[in-house]
Amino acid sequence: MRHLLSMEGVERAVIEGLLDDGDEFLEVLDRPIPKVPTLRGKTVATMFFEPSTRTRLSFEKAAKSLSADTMSFSPGTSSLSKGESLKDTVLTIQAMGVDLMVVRHAATGAPWRVADWVDVPVVNGGDGAHQHPTQALLDALTIRQRFTTLDGVRVGIVGDIRHSRVARSNVWAFAALGAEVTLVAPPTLLPLDATTWPAATTSDLDDVLTELDAVYLLRVQKERGGASVFPSLAEYTARFGMTVERFNRLKPDAVVLHPGPMNRGVEISARVADDPRALVLDQVRNGVAVRMAVLYQLLGGERDE
Amino acid sequence: MNDLILEGGLVLTPDGPVTADVFVRDGIVAGLGESLGSDEATVLDCRGAWVGPGFVDVHTHLREPGEEWKEDIGSGSEAAAAGGYTAVLAMPNTDPPIDAGHLARYVADRGSEVGLVTVIPAGCVTAGRAGERLSHLDELWMAGVRVFTDDGDSVADAGLLRRAMDYLAQLGGIVAQHAIDAGLARGGHMHEGDVSSRLGMAAIPAEAESTVVARDLALVRLTGCRYHIQHVSASQTVALIAAAKAEGLPVTAEVTPHHLAFDHRVVESTDPVFKMMPPLRSPEDREALVVALRDGVIDMVATDHAPHADHEKDVPFEHAPHGVIGLEWAGAVVNTQVGLEPVAFYERLSIAPAALLGASGQGRWIEPGAPATMTVFDPEADALDHARSRSRNTPHLGRGLRGRARHTLLQGTLTHSATIVPHPS
Repeated sequence: MRHLLSMEGVERAVIEGLLDDGDEFLEVLDRPIPKVPTLRGKTVATMFFEPSTRTRLSFEKAAKSLSADTMSFSPGTSSLSKGESLKDTVLTIQAMGVDLMVVRHAATGAPWRVADWVDVPVVNGGDGAHQHPTQALLDALTIRQRFTTLDGVRVGIVGDIRHSRVARSNVWAFAALGAEVTLVAPPTLLPLDATTWPAATTSDLDDVLTELDAVYLLRVQKERGGASVFPSLAEYTARFGMTVERFNRLKPDAVVLHPGPMNRGVEISARVADDPRALVLDQVRNGVAVRMAVLYQLLGGERDE
Repeated sequence: MNDLILEGGLVLTPDGPVTADVFVRDGIVAGLGESLGSDEATVLDCRGAWVGPGFVDVHTHLREPGEEWKEDIGSGSEAAAAGGYTAVLAMPNTDPPIDAGHLARYVADRGSEVGLVTVIPAGCVTAGRAGERLSHLDELWMAGVRVFTDDGDSVADAGLLRRAMDYLAQLGGIVAQHAIDAGLARGGHMHEGDVSSRLGMAAIPAEAESTVVARDLALVRLTGCRYHIQHVSASQTVALIAAAKAEGLPVTAEVTPHHLAFDHRVVESTDPVFKMMPPLRSPEDREALVVALRDGVIDMVATDHAPHADHEKDVPFEHAPHGVIGLEWAGAVVNTQVGLEPVAFYERLSIAPAALLGASGQGRWIEPGAPATMTVFDPEADALDHARSRSRNTPHLGRGLRGRARHTLLQGTLTHSATIVPHPS
């Protein structure tokens, strides 16, 4: 693996290898001194051309837990505001001496362009509505911890699928690991043509609710609410929200996931969010561990050292 | 002017192809035969090649005036001659746009000064391409403009388009429509289909094209104005064209080399070289375009040669400008992807586009008395392996295309030769 750009087409064994490493790094994070010297002397640059705090912090924590140095780039204070091109920006940062770049960008495919331009491994930290592969890894790890495998696990991904890079990453990872995925959304938030996605689609959450082992709720972008994609936030919540009433109808061992940040009271009720079967904070913790696994594998760490 | 002998090629005459030498004197085809040897003539080896009328492109962006860092009339003329073109229709979406007579004359005069290819200006339908009021249609007509287009944008206002058609119908002018509905296309970067769905990219449905064409055809029926559909991309548009032609409407259509060569699956790479308007569509659409060009439902190939500088294209897909260059490879793409026999090949690349433009001295089958405005095309040669345009945004390199212009002649002057250094007068 030279870069980690997409979950589409990644083989099951590769994903499982990353999840296995993630499990091992979780153990490191539980130590009194949660740090190993594996990547000492390496520098990881987080290049976030789109505002984000949690993903960047998670990558930086992962790098530091492996003893790598970190550099961070954010667009507000940068040369981009002076008209510098993306290409010149990443070549400049590379020339300072970095060993890996994590790139988040609002434009689909931007991390692929960066990977063409630079000589170091690139991790896609989220591009447009396209891919966010480390999110898929942390979600897969979270579900695997609960059910020991994803084989045959029924996952419903609920919400704004059309504009979601989380959904576009997770369907491929979950399906590669053997899960049965159903996408649930109002017609205006389903993909326009999902014929080649490894998933079923429906606009009726209640029809599939009781069959699901894991319900993955996507964040409703409130700024879209009431625009033209669905009539109102209240109507969305009534038809697609994880209310207490719906939560109580789930299978007894079914779990709820959310990539955050949550809109309590919109796609998830506050009481569900605080229930032990809502794995939101497990996801966050697993995020650090799988990002450690990704950095470790891309920077040439040996699995069995 | 030196006499020329075009030796041993398959010559496309009004009576069909014959293998013969072509004798050129004073810019005119002086004779056809096998024994026209002349000691002082320059001999052009045409063995294994087709000798036909010069290619005519009805869709070229020469970028002058205003965007000369991408291309100018000199560099664009060189690219055209290298591709086998003897005439190009310069699109009017320059800066300033060609919406008045003096601007059209400037473009034509610059083309004459360069002298490599006949540069015919197209004019805007609306002032400043703003879509609000008519441009100086009469003034443009007097300056020699025959094709009117706001290319780069559709004329969206049906009332305004109807007035333009009413006005141009009495002159005999042609409205050429860049048929893309701005509302359906809004924010889109590629074809709407399974690829855009997986990429999460905002996309443009085929209906953005077909709905505009369907509306416009009703206006053609109303006004009788000649109507040309630019860069057809979708099979549903092909069906509309076939029906309009069956009805006898004065309609013609063009297809680009890139829409013949590629479909939207190449956009999976998110390589901005594949970003163009209209976008590359489905494999079924591409196949429908190939068949339509073969059958003549689509009359001609037009390059939509759209130069952009490296720094403009070397950005994420969504940030890149639309367009690719194509003058250098149009013949090779048609030869490789469509596989027309020589008569149909020259009909699509020369005869039909010359007829659309009413360009004198262009698009004439080879016979004594015809202007020596010719393209010698070698269908077996490797395609040109580098851009001659000022810009390099082409998807056609390294694709194993076959065919290239061996010699290009404009009124007896060699404007391009793969074997002889050209020396335009």
